[in-house]
Amino acid sequence: MDDPLTIAEQWSEAGHQVALATVVDTWGSAPRPTGSHLVIDEGGRFEGSVSGGCVEGAVVAEAMDVIETGKPQMLEFGVADETAWEVGLSCGGTIRVYVEKVT
Amino acid sequence: MDLALLKELNAERAARRAAILVTDPDSGAQRLVREADDLSGDPLAETLRSRFRSGKSGRIELDDGSSAILTVSVPSARIVVIGAVHISQALAPMATLAGFDVTVIDPRTAFATPERFAGVTLHAEWPQDVLPGIALDPYTAVAALTHDPKIDDPALTEALASGCFYVGALGSRKTHGKRRERLAALGVPEAALDRIAAPIGLAIGAASPAEIAVAVLAQIIETLRIRPAETRTSEAA
Repeated sequence: MDDPLTIAEQWSEAGHQVALATVVDTWGSAPRPTGSHLVIDEGGRFEGSVSGGCVEGAVVAEAMDVIETGKPQMLEFGVADETAWEVGLSCGGTIRVYVEKVT
Repeated sequence: MDLALLKELNAERAARRAAILVTDPDSGAQRLVREADDLSGDPLAETLRSRFRSGKSGRIELDDGSSAILTVSVPSARIVVIGAVHISQALAPMATLAGFDVTVIDPRTAFATPERFAGVTLHAEWPQDVLPGIALDPYTAVAALTHDPKIDDPALTEALASGCFYVGALGSRKTHGKRRERLAALGVPEAALDRIAAPIGLAIGAASPAEIAVAVLAQIIETLRIRPAETRTSEAA
């Protein structure tokens, strides 16, 4: 299986609009280490992971904005979030995810 | 990220060279730093050097209150197995599952057959002929499992000279004593000989070939995860 960075290049070369999400900070028990990637295209297709599946949906949604505006975003997820029930990390950790567009 | 920069990063990764992508999260500006680059004028030099050793990615706070994201890419760990033997038949699929790239080398064509090693890079050649082309590096483990000095010794010599993060050899203490004498006679330094894990594998009382494979794989993972920085630093010095 190809890794997310290779897939990001392939999708981009194939003419897709692509966003790359990267775990840049973790506190407490986090399922994926810093440097983990999720790659997303304009159709919502994604590969890789930034958590154990808890917040990928939210990252994909944010990635749509990033693809549209071209502006990078810093996202934070944790159980202390107001949205914890929807996209919180059940493991109790907090993560920060940087989402950028491949241009 | 600029597609051209992403391609550069992917090219470094494909060539098994370490690289760090430095991102300013506020402006989105990015640059790629290679391990071979001259870092002397780089304000982040010290941090970058330490990250090349640890392989750890993440965001760092800078003195001026801003931050930088370091996406560190070091080559994926690889296991080169010397000997297409029974233990290797168990070790190869286990190591592949655990995420290692696996290469098996054995000049004995009766052992090194694709039927016995499906899905693994296999070389039915002498280690001394194959290894120069494989370019052993500090992200590679070498496990010598043939029990035959003609095949194991040249591979061990090459692995120790290349700074492989793990070098292990099958054989009893007595066998290993004789091996040390042979390699020392070839000029391998004492400190390098001390790096050979022998008898190979964690002491879990492994009995069958598959159990020995578990012991070997566990020892390789232990070395990779617990002592990586030390190994690479001492080799670089």
